[in-house]
Amino acid sequence: MTAATGTAKSKDKRIWLALAFAGPALLIMGGLVVWPAIKTVIDSFYDAAGRNFVGIDNYVDIFRFQRMQIAIRNSLIWVVVFPVVVTTVGLVLAVLSERVKWRTAFRLILFMPAAVAILSSGIIWRIMYDTDPNLGSINAVINLSASLVNPEGALTGAAPSGEVAVLDDNGLMLPVEVGSDGGAARIGLLRILETDLPEDAAPAIEPALEAGSVTGVVWRDTKPGENEQGVVEDGEFGIPEVTVQLRSGDEVVGDAVTEADGSFVISGVEPGTYQAVVPPDEFGEPWPGIAWLGPDLITLGAVIAGVWIWGGFALLVIASGLAALPRELQEAARVDGATELQVFRRITLPLLAPVLGVVFVTLTINALKMFDLIIGIAPGSVQDDANVIALEMWRTAFTGLGNRGLGSAIAVFLFVLIIPVMAFNIRRFRLEEERR
Amino acid sequence: MTAETPTLTPTASQPLDLPAGSRPITPMQKVIHFLSRGIVQFVMVVVALFWLMPIAGLLITSIRDPQLYGVSGWWNAITAPSQLTLENYANLIGDASLIESVLATFYIAIPATVLPVFLAAMAGYALALIDFKGRDALFLVVIGMLVVPLQMALIPAFTLFRTLGLSGLPSIWLFHTAFGLPLAIFLMRNYFAGLPPSLIEAARIDGASEWTIFRKIILPLGYPAIAALTIFQFTWAWNDLLVALVFATDQQPITLFLRDRLGEFSSGIGVISPGVFLSAIVPLIIFFAFQKYFEAGLLGGSVK
Repeated sequence: MTAATGTAKSKDKRIWLALAFAGPALLIMGGLVVWPAIKTVIDSFYDAAGRNFVGIDNYVDIFRFQRMQIAIRNSLIWVVVFPVVVTTVGLVLAVLSERVKWRTAFRLILFMPAAVAILSSGIIWRIMYDTDPNLGSINAVINLSASLVNPEGALTGAAPSGEVAVLDDNGLMLPVEVGSDGGAARIGLLRILETDLPEDAAPAIEPALEAGSVTGVVWRDTKPGENEQGVVEDGEFGIPEVTVQLRSGDEVVGDAVTEADGSFVISGVEPGTYQAVVPPDEFGEPWPGIAWLGPDLITLGAVIAGVWIWGGFALLVIASGLAALPRELQEAARVDGATELQVFRRITLPLLAPVLGVVFVTLTINALKMFDLIIGIAPGSVQDDANVIALEMWRTAFTGLGNRGLGSAIAVFLFVLIIPVMAFNIRRFRLEEERR
Repeated sequence: MTAETPTLTPTASQPLDLPAGSRPITPMQKVIHFLSRGIVQFVMVVVALFWLMPIAGLLITSIRDPQLYGVSGWWNAITAPSQLTLENYANLIGDASLIESVLATFYIAIPATVLPVFLAAMAGYALALIDFKGRDALFLVVIGMLVVPLQMALIPAFTLFRTLGLSGLPSIWLFHTAFGLPLAIFLMRNYFAGLPPSLIEAARIDGASEWTIFRKIILPLGYPAIAALTIFQFTWAWNDLLVALVFATDQQPITLFLRDRLGEFSSGIGVISPGVFLSAIVPLIIFFAFQKYFEAGLLGGSVK
């Protein structure tokens, strides 16, 4: 490289010069990386206190202890799911963000979490993941989108007034006698906040009998001040948009939906005894929310938080890879009539493969070394369920009594999992050097 | 992509106003193009909002009456600004332990940055510009060290420091330095190897010492790489939890401060949420102020 490709003798001299420059760094790395790593391998064959040789017992224990089994299972989930998802998200967003004018701002926003401590990101997501949709943003968003598709029952939390109507899992049931002049059904409801009434609700009207029909009203049987239950009074409001069925035994005779004043009419009814039924979904309980921080979903929840943390990194690396691609090939393919999808699959993707490889490998190492995120995101009671190998290594070696032998064995185990990745890195470096 | 990238040189058969390679565009295709643009914009906005929501949630939680946590969601404060208060931050500033831990984080991160960056610049110079025997082998060893996980060294380093009588800050500095060096050397060496060799040759012929060349030529020329590396290493040390958990004694960084309070999460939210914000604000300021270098450092650090 330099012109000083002199004799072997001058090369020997330059060793001392090189050592003067590189020596301090080599000393520190030797003392705190190389030597401890070797010592850890040795320690892994000794007992908890590091005194007696125990052979491979520690390595057997890794697979025997339940806490460790969960950690290995979770780390496996991390390694299988996390790199694929984050690389895919990064690739899709990199391609999409090339098509909008505000791509710089977009990439900046997505990259922000990478600057923050992973522990802090974990804590942030613990706040987001609260199970109650009134407290946790993620469940609130899911609840909101779900209620757009399938609205929550209008009568949530309501109870029937009077003692005739019954509310159970089958909905609200009220016996109705239909005579020759028709029948009336007064379905009064309590425990509905005035503010929960729909805006178009009008004052309730006492149903007027009509021959061959069941006329009725569904209303909020309460008002400020004195009021009598089971009687429609001035100042009480009807409840619109409630479905009411008329049943004879299990057979549905007819149904209707209430008007703004809560009134409804079901016509074509023979005299007899019926049940007026408000179906149970009108009383639907509020959605309890997904237990993201519970023992079953905590790893999935942490992986999603991981996508949030590393998505911007993947996006940025892949976007800069995309920007560096030669455009000629893509343009030539388009001239030849290839569709955008074909151009992407046959040309862009193969050219981008080395960049995707780097991102994927980095994320795989991150997945294996996952540590701070779990501490931040998982409540104390589910730390065991969210456990991963790197976290268990620290817990084994440095908390409680501290088992040096087993802790060392877990560290070596972790390292062995990373070695294939290291081999990939070195090969990549060699290839790059050859290309120079 | 088509609309924004420069197109091929137009030929006689291909009028200028059409994107390269396109056949005549039908109105239908125009509609589809317009719709797909709208969909892309929509998806991007949704994604950006998803990424911003947790940060907004944290910020608002941190300036909201902590009594309301567990009663209603943070977004309620958007329509009811009376829920907002600066009391959390006022309490934190009165809390000596937080100020101490913010200071401790600086005490940890600054030497844990300066030391590895400087030593790596020297080592990178040797590996890139001094032609000595075994140079390539040595560099391969450094690359091999890149992916040795911290966990491989924690236990023996802990014992070693105790034997040497080192504890607290110096042990954290040295450990961060040791595990920051492989990447730092890797980046420095690659950057220096790309500098024009003629410059160094000229200086050597003029009789400048290697130390002078390093100080007067290499360090100034290597400024972009050194800046990127400094920012990367500082952020790394600032955000670290594991090394501090093992080696910190009386000087506890903010990550430890937060971790110690996670046990009582709901009742401690009035301390935790502003604490998280304070832990994030320093790297975020660095991120926005030195965006270019920050990204370069992180991309380079992707091998770590």
